[in-house]
Amino acid sequence: MKGYFAKRLGYMLITLFVIVSITFFLMQLLPGTPFTDPEKLSEQQLELMNEKYGLNQPVAIQYVNYVRSLVTGDLGISYQYEGRSVNEILSERIGPSALIGFQALVFGALAGLALGIISALHHNSFLDYGSVTIAVLGMSIPSFVFAALMQYFIGVKLGWLPAALWQGYEYTIMPSLALSVTVIATVARFIRTEMLEVLGQDYILTARAKGISEKAVVFRHIVRNAIIPVVTMLGPLAVAIMTGTLVIEKIFSVPGLGEQFTKSVLVNDYSVIMGVTLMYSALFIGVVFIVDILYGVIDPRISIKGEHKL
Amino acid sequence: MEDTILKIDNLHVSFKTHNDGETKAVRGVSFELKKGETLAIVGESGSGKSVTAKSLMRLLPKQNSMIKDGQVFYEGKDLLKYSIKEMQKIRGSEISMVFQDPMTSLNPTMTIGKQIMEGLRKHQAFRKKELFKKAADLLELVGIPSPMERMKDYPHQFSGGMRQRVVIAMALACNPKVLLADEPTTALDVTIQAQILDLMKDLQKKTGTAIIIITHDLGVVASMAQRVAVMYAGEIIETGTVDEIFYEPKHPYTCGLLLSMPKLHAARSTKLIPIPGIPPDLGQLPEGCPFAARCPYVMKVCHSFSPSKTEVSETHSVSCWLEDERAPQVEWIDGAGGSIDERKRKVD
Repeated sequence: MKGYFAKRLGYMLITLFVIVSITFFLMQLLPGTPFTDPEKLSEQQLELMNEKYGLNQPVAIQYVNYVRSLVTGDLGISYQYEGRSVNEILSERIGPSALIGFQALVFGALAGLALGIISALHHNSFLDYGSVTIAVLGMSIPSFVFAALMQYFIGVKLGWLPAALWQGYEYTIMPSLALSVTVIATVARFIRTEMLEVLGQDYILTARAKGISEKAVVFRHIVRNAIIPVVTMLGPLAVAIMTGTLVIEKIFSVPGLGEQFTKSVLVNDYSVIMGVTLMYSALFIGVVFIVDILYGVIDPRISIKGEHKL
Repeated sequence: MEDTILKIDNLHVSFKTHNDGETKAVRGVSFELKKGETLAIVGESGSGKSVTAKSLMRLLPKQNSMIKDGQVFYEGKDLLKYSIKEMQKIRGSEISMVFQDPMTSLNPTMTIGKQIMEGLRKHQAFRKKELFKKAADLLELVGIPSPMERMKDYPHQFSGGMRQRVVIAMALACNPKVLLADEPTTALDVTIQAQILDLMKDLQKKTGTAIIIITHDLGVVASMAQRVAVMYAGEIIETGTVDEIFYEPKHPYTCGLLLSMPKLHAARSTKLIPIPGIPPDLGQLPEGCPFAARCPYVMKVCHSFSPSKTEVSETHSVSCWLEDERAPQVEWIDGAGGSIDERKRKVD
């Protein structure tokens, strides 16, 4: 078990390193410089600035320097905000993103689960068609469309929830909902299909033949088995949420990582772009790791030690 | 009536098909089961054996199946009139079922122990420790070594034969009075088959459970059952004691089944005689006897009218026109060497 964790951790670090390297060089290909209106700066000023941020050095040296400071946990300083370190910006920004992302994932998974279960138990009924329709809509309409619609109807017309900004818990609800739409749709569809499959299995008949209640059959036997493949979906769904935050945070003016990322890309704030990318990658790799562990917990046939049991 | 525990009367079960059609899977099945006896239901695939058994437990899928007519009396009460809640009390505690494929009939994500205890907890008020003890005892009863440790194992850690033992332990957990075994040995290899059958016989001796064993293996019938019901196209065409069915079969189909079975002591040159043709489509049944199209002794009347049940003896009855007093006498062809043409006799 310990060996497994150590191995996984090693792989995770290597993955992160590769991502950092690729992003670093890709970023150098971005047109423009981190400075606004560089044509207004005199040659001397530019030189001074380049000197200050180390941009006058060859890219390879810059890369080595970056990785070296990265190892010590230092992500550099921002170009955009005078005198602020990337570590500081990230730690400030991660909170709101994590909160809405987490809420979206949990709510989306639970709502999707409920929808999928109802759908499968009332197969080919009005309820089933209703939830399938919801799921298809949720899959095919991008979350920012829902975000804009919610903002207009719930935020402006009805005034139930604040339309944007970040000043309290009620401000987190709409962004989370907008993000959760894809999750609900995906989980609902998956659970429905899996449950229909499990419903036809012999062991469900065995369970019924034992005389246990229908509720026990559904939750202990059907859902328990149907949920396994859905757990694998959590990884990709977490990614969908992360990429979703880029747009959703912008729409709702949430001071999160995504909003910062879009802002930084626009002004070539190299170190912040690197920092946010690193953050996202680390989160994603972490989620995949957790999903793998969960898989072993939820499905006894899979042993995370990597041994094959017969 | 005293010693009859289960009585099925005129059971009709149908399935809805896609284009609003109806497949009549079970058509007027009636039989009785006495306390402690073993009844075998034999027949080929699709003859309605499993559907009959599942109907008794009311385990058929609600959406596309319907019990159209008939009664299932368990200790004098009609199970078909029971609510789902009442039925749940019967399932597992009074009537249990063992299914065909032990590889798929256990929940892969639940430990063996939990799966056994699940039924026990529902039907018998046990404390947790007693429950565990009782479940382990059951595992020991069905011959699983070191039951205490194996309780925590998952089905994939058991072999096929072991799993079937577990399934039987589960079925017998609450001392049911009737055990429905739906092809319990079909998916197992021959040596394990024998072990499982021995186990079932052994347990029956200890508990006095009445068993309905569904099979298409006449060898299983011979070793397990006292009485046999032969099913064809959703009907019981012949029933009798094992001796009556094996040595004095009256229905050409029963006879065909026996001729198509290999015998250990027969000469090597003995050819098995298959029954030609296939069973009729249960969605579009022909008029008359369903076996008429395949019957070597077919008469004109067979194509127009269904034969009625004839009592050959107190225990033996058959549904065939050959038993009618107007029918010609038929000489049964002996197993050896008879071809299909030889079996045909001019009977019209």
